[in-house]
Amino acid sequence: MSDAAHEPSRLAKMLDSDFAYKFRTSPVAMVSTAVTLLLVLAAIFAPLIAPLDPFNPASLNLMNGFTPPSTPNQFTGESFLLGTDDQGRDVYSTILYGMRISLFVGFAAVAFAMVLGISLGLIAGYVGGWTETIIMRIADVQLTFPSILVAMLITGVAKGFTPVEYRDSMAIIVLIVAIGLSDWVQFARVVRGSTLVEKNKEYVQAARLIGRSPFTIMLKHILPNVLSPVLVIATISLALAIIAEATLSFLGVGAPPTQPSLGTLIRIGQGYLYSGEWWILFFPAVTLLALALAVNLLGDWLRDALNPKLR
Amino acid sequence: MSQPVLSVRDLIVEIPTRHGLLKPVDGVSYDISPGEILGVVGESGAGKSMTGNAVIGLLDRPARIASGGIYLNGERIDNLSLAQLRRYRGKQIGMVFQDPLTSLNPLLPIGDQLTETIQEHLGVSGGEAHNRAVAALDEVGIPAAKERIGSYPHEFSGGMRQRVVIALALCAEPSLLIADEPTTALDVSVQAQITSLLKRLCRERGMAVMLVTHDMGVIAETADRVAVMYAGKLAELGPVREVITSPRHPYTDGLMGSTPLASKGKRRLHQIPGNMPRLGQLPDGCAFHPRCPYTQDRCKADPGPRLKTCDGRAACWFPLDGAQAAKGVA
Amino acid sequence: MIAYVIRRVFQSFVVLLVVGLVAFSMFRFVGDPIDNMLGQERTQADVERLRTTLGLDQPFPVQYAKFLANAAQGNFGVSYRQGRPVATIISERAPATLELALVSGTLALVVGIGLGVFTAIRRNGVASNVIMTTSLIGVSLPTFLIGILLIYVFSVSLGWLPSFGRGETTQIGGWSTGFLTASGLKALILPSITLGLYQMTLIMRLVRSEMLEVLRQDYIRFARARGLRERSVNFRHALKNTMVPVITVVGLQLGAIIAFAIITETVFQWPGVGLLFINAIQFVDIPVMAAYLMLISVMFVGINLIVDLLYFAIDPRLRIDGRHA
Repeated sequence: MSDAAHEPSRLAKMLDSDFAYKFRTSPVAMVSTAVTLLLVLAAIFAPLIAPLDPFNPASLNLMNGFTPPSTPNQFTGESFLLGTDDQGRDVYSTILYGMRISLFVGFAAVAFAMVLGISLGLIAGYVGGWTETIIMRIADVQLTFPSILVAMLITGVAKGFTPVEYRDSMAIIVLIVAIGLSDWVQFARVVRGSTLVEKNKEYVQAARLIGRSPFTIMLKHILPNVLSPVLVIATISLALAIIAEATLSFLGVGAPPTQPSLGTLIRIGQGYLYSGEWWILFFPAVTLLALALAVNLLGDWLRDALNPKLR
Repeated sequence: MSQPVLSVRDLIVEIPTRHGLLKPVDGVSYDISPGEILGVVGESGAGKSMTGNAVIGLLDRPARIASGGIYLNGERIDNLSLAQLRRYRGKQIGMVFQDPLTSLNPLLPIGDQLTETIQEHLGVSGGEAHNRAVAALDEVGIPAAKERIGSYPHEFSGGMRQRVVIALALCAEPSLLIADEPTTALDVSVQAQITSLLKRLCRERGMAVMLVTHDMGVIAETADRVAVMYAGKLAELGPVREVITSPRHPYTDGLMGSTPLASKGKRRLHQIPGNMPRLGQLPDGCAFHPRCPYTQDRCKADPGPRLKTCDGRAACWFPLDGAQAAKGVA
Repeated sequence: MIAYVIRRVFQSFVVLLVVGLVAFSMFRFVGDPIDNMLGQERTQADVERLRTTLGLDQPFPVQYAKFLANAAQGNFGVSYRQGRPVATIISERAPATLELALVSGTLALVVGIGLGVFTAIRRNGVASNVIMTTSLIGVSLPTFLIGILLIYVFSVSLGWLPSFGRGETTQIGGWSTGFLTASGLKALILPSITLGLYQMTLIMRLVRSEMLEVLRQDYIRFARARGLRERSVNFRHALKNTMVPVITVVGLQLGAIIAFAIITETVFQWPGVGLLFINAIQFVDIPVMAAYLMLISVMFVGINLIVDLLYFAIDPRLRIDGRHA
């Protein structure tokens, strides 16, 4: 016991740090973390929480279509918390499943962008020369175009390459690749910058002298130094990726109606804006809003709290 | 003696912080007469720049004048509104900052910056303002002023830029010039040119100059009188020659002991032990007592006497006499 | 300076060549153009004839050069979906997008810079804080949700403004304008707010932070110490220095407006180039996609070039050494 008193556990140390203090004193950080966690958990456990499986045709009854929220259906008498859409699918369940796809695409795209950006950044910074010039030139050119446009183009090209019958089933993967490819530049730039600085420090020179391979040096010595800015960019990228996915799906070039994400649901709901079935649009829109806002605010706060020198 | 251009009376500047009130300027009084250069010297944080900023009303928030009075040619100016004070800035009080590289707007030709100031305060026509701008540049020794008036700041060297800054500060013919470390950012060879320029302008125009610097050497060459500041308070105030040759305050003595001065001949340089305390951590009694070689019990309990006018000279309970000072700290 | 300009023009040219290569590769390798152009009933002779007419039997570099030459003359081939020349379709659609972009760009610039300066000067005011907090939410909102929200409030609930289309347009030469009719102007309001809002918040936040930085500079203190009026200090001295770093981003943001128009045009069914492009993606209409890519690249590269050259106009320091500071 006395040992524990002298040596605070790792958890206690973490809770005592500046970072934890900043977190505990910032309502924005607490609320946005709570909302993000809640939504992510809801998405992960969607099959357990959702009252119905919206993709199981057996559970659907067209008679239930257009049931307003929490009111019994005039034909079947069934009631749904957030109402149903045109095909009688429970809006609450479709949102849970839709959020699953939105978050999955978001996380996967950011992970892809991160791996690609970090690798290219490390290589550019460490190897230098022509390799660096080519990588960074591509990055510069890509940076002159808005990333959503790049993602759209990649989606279009990928669609062209995919045979018609596979287009729907490949759509999610296409989305991940398109958003990931449109977003690697930031990671590459930050990592290259830090690599250039670290490369010339004495411990790296020493590691090189004792014959460590460039791969080991990059991974073990340089990478740890760039993690905090990368974390910040990743959080901000996640918000952007979620919005990008929603936008592409809303435009009809993202997640297909058979696997609807929040963006697809909003696209479907927009059609009922005039006819009075507001709930089909409203609830997915609010969910997307909460998700995007929470992750964005979290990223913003993280940037201020960790304050790495971005750019 | 004629009326002083600037009179500062019991000036207190305070900064409210979470840990209480800080007083970067605490009960400072002095006068500057026409044609006189008052050197204000001290370590960084001693409150010397803050005094200058208070006079021209450029204190950065949350710093504010808490009490005391500032009189310019007999008129009280510390209680003026910002709009009223603006009419004094440039017109009555000119100010020169430390770094000539950053004092000039990089995107405007120096001529534009001069004429806008002249027109603002003197209400003359564009052509007349242009002529005066050329004259102002001429006066501070910019060669070929007529041709250079359209040049941008980056086209001048550091010393030349400081001349431009001085021309800007003086172009509306103020009666008081506050020069805040005007030579610190310059090469040593250029420093002497700038100080002699200031001296010349002061004599020719009969202008009062407040020269803020941490460099005792500059003071010795330029100033008529010197005010030594320590931790927000005046430590010593008197004619330059006297203060240098026979300092009365132990801090001034230590300062002299650590400055190489031609007038003092060859000798060992000393350093004052310790650092000036931070404003939040001032000791009781005289702020200098922990570093003072002559500390007595009274110094620890009782804050030093406040200097009212020139006559008091040193704010010390036990001022040094000439003999002690000559021995130095050693 | 001339050397710098030549180098920048050359670089822009290289970028366009690369983009052209991407567009051409799309055109050439994504799907089979022959398949796309000929129907199911075709003979081997038809295929061969079309191969020769399209020049598909020639070596790759020759094809690429021809593609570029055609593109430079505004010839982008025939839309798979509409069977009409892409250039014609785009020139019909361009006025709608350009008018929308012009209005929202102006809106974003004027309001963005205005609010940025306001919130910087009144740094601690209540109004500034409200504006800053609102803008943070504005940046997080997806554009299409803003559009839908506006439609819901002003079209569905209040019925004040139309929710889709351009309203009545007037034909002037080859240009159809919505500026001359009341319904055309009304139809512009919601889409241009939707499109401009995001750029506006970005510009505002950027102008504010740059201006706060500039206001801390010595030359601003010195300008105050010389007794210049606050108006002159803020606008003559501070604003001009603020604009130097702001110009790059603003230039790029104005370019981005054309790209983001795709989203707004979809929400409001605005018959512009963006809607054309999104439909082209949905139906894999490669010639339209390639043409759009080329056009938008020319625009972006052009904007980049202009922005770089604008530095010279605004910052005298660059005129001397001819390099970026």
